[in-house]
Amino acid sequence: MKNNTDSRTIAIIGGGPAGMECAAQLKTLGYKCVIIEKGDKLGGNLNNWDRLFPEGIEAQKVVKELAEKTKGSKLFLNSTIESVKHEKGKYNIVVSGKDIVEADSVIICTGFDLFPAEKKEEYGYNIYNHVITNRDLEQYFKKRVDSRIQNPSKIGFVHCVGSRDEKVCNRHCSKLCCVTAVKQAIELKEIFPKSEIICFYMDLRMFGRGYEDIYHDAQYKYGIRFIRGRVSEVSENIEMGVVVKAEDTLQSKPIKITLDLLVLMSGMMNSHTASQIAEQFDAPISNDGFFEQSSRTLSKNSVGKKGIFIAGTSTGPKTLPETLNDARGVVLEVHQYLSNL
Amino acid sequence: MKIEGKKLIWSEYQKDIPEDHYFYVRSCIRQNFFPASEKTFLDIVRNRLSLDFFETEHHTTCGGIAYHSDAIPQETLMTIVARQFALMTESGYSNYAASCITSFGIYNEILETWKESPEIETKVREMLWKACRREFKIPLHLSHASDIIYKLRDKIAEIGVNRLINIKTGEPLRVVEHIGCHYSKMFPSKGVGGAEYPVVLSGMVESWGGEIIDCPERRHCCGFGFRQYLIQSNRGYSLANTHKKFESMEPYKPDMIITNCPGCPYFLDRWQYVIKETQGKTYGENSQGIPVFTYEEVAGLILGYDPWDLGLQMHQTDVEPLLDKMGISYSSSDKYKLK
Repeated sequence: MKNNTDSRTIAIIGGGPAGMECAAQLKTLGYKCVIIEKGDKLGGNLNNWDRLFPEGIEAQKVVKELAEKTKGSKLFLNSTIESVKHEKGKYNIVVSGKDIVEADSVIICTGFDLFPAEKKEEYGYNIYNHVITNRDLEQYFKKRVDSRIQNPSKIGFVHCVGSRDEKVCNRHCSKLCCVTAVKQAIELKEIFPKSEIICFYMDLRMFGRGYEDIYHDAQYKYGIRFIRGRVSEVSENIEMGVVVKAEDTLQSKPIKITLDLLVLMSGMMNSHTASQIAEQFDAPISNDGFFEQSSRTLSKNSVGKKGIFIAGTSTGPKTLPETLNDARGVVLEVHQYLSNL
Repeated sequence: MKIEGKKLIWSEYQKDIPEDHYFYVRSCIRQNFFPASEKTFLDIVRNRLSLDFFETEHHTTCGGIAYHSDAIPQETLMTIVARQFALMTESGYSNYAASCITSFGIYNEILETWKESPEIETKVREMLWKACRREFKIPLHLSHASDIIYKLRDKIAEIGVNRLINIKTGEPLRVVEHIGCHYSKMFPSKGVGGAEYPVVLSGMVESWGGEIIDCPERRHCCGFGFRQYLIQSNRGYSLANTHKKFESMEPYKPDMIITNCPGCPYFLDRWQYVIKETQGKTYGENSQGIPVFTYEEVAGLILGYDPWDLGLQMHQTDVEPLLDKMGISYSSSDKYKLK
């Protein structure tokens, strides 16, 4: 059968960067796309960010450009998938109890959630007044208002909060937090030039192009200190300072320091919606909580079910460029699948 | 400090604590350190609240101190504990209440070990049978005695005659709560409120009118730490840790300390004297020291027990400043009289 692309509909679950890029690329191939998004706007987690590493591009600019390219796609916002039926080669998806989407193929782009930092009780997020997360800090960068950030002179960053941590069942490396911490530390230093900033890290994984350079600048240009060691306990003193106990594993000595602000670098984990979506589409979830792929090397956008594909951070932590590449990759797989029907 | 955040965490650590029908086991060392605490506990639950708490003279040490001092292996410890469970089973009880935090930690550690490795439980059952021809059932509920007082805290407040309030100022007394390390640091889900922000003692204090102080070292070890103290050459570590705690709480001007562990009240009480002698520093208002109490003693004060019946004369740091603040009358001349 000839693949008349304009007669084919692809349902994209999730309107984050991966979902938007899928819709944009499928549109250029002539497919009809339906984006089903649980939030009230496109953009997903990018909406929570101010600027992106390594060159400091505005997150909202990226969202705007990607959203622009999805124009022409049918969009369901504030929507959830109630049920799915696979009949005669089509997926009938009931959206929010009233609309039915009949799709020839489905791409799952449910993205990620940030690890809820309050689960690491010893760090005192939501307990102590001057403990915030990487997402809170991005909101501060956007609005420059946060009662917890009052001209801090001593600032700490804790890497790997809820990632590489078997205690919270997240063994995986979240991969972006290292460079995000360096980026955010530099941004804070620019806002508060007299502040002293310390990053507590396990390893610094500066794998991407330009990442090593900003890590270098953080140390030599901005004077940010990097201490290898995990924070064991955080508490609050009578002046509302954040008392941090950690270990400097390079010097083999314990550290106790009082800070004015502590930023927790929450790692990425699969979206809380993933388990329901996985059940509805019979897509497997791996031990790390992310969706399993048919093959992590040769068939990374397939879940092994006919017509169901997957892209973006729903299969594991990715940078934005990696997410967009993954979306372009899945579009080719979908196109190939529909062409062979 | 945001109480809403704490409440969110507490909501995740709910523990099922029966109020009644317990097999109660005493601590080895508490009866020497603060001898009236366990007696007061039993008097409160049996005679004031009419609850069923059974104890037997056949109960022995749980072996915890020997285990944590590396004097006995875990198999020996487990067999001793299996015998305690056999005593409970033979007495017809299924709820087990431990007075000691070390024992409570030991029981949890063993029950979790058996859950993960049932073959070890089978081996221990065999060893117990060979040793003394006894059999046992696993307790349905394992509570620390402070869990039970926490559960009964509002009833105690209702029938109480005193409050943790400074009668001169009308202000709540400022209380440091110190929780034994083995209560929930090993198994956060086994303690009320988890490991970082346990509510077991703070809940009592708030029900009885006091105000909790959250000082930076509130979760730090009291200084006992088993080998820190049991090995004489290590005792400097013990003292240094206690000193660290007092330095941390000092700016908050606490009126008292409440504890739920055998060792903690002892070390927090006695080391104050040593710090005074070695550092020349006495903590507390008017340099009178910061009185340290067990939770049973505090419950006893709330219920109007005579301070000397509670054994408060056994404390090295005088308790009278606290009794005066609460408006509790006492006879100074009767303090050391035998009854």
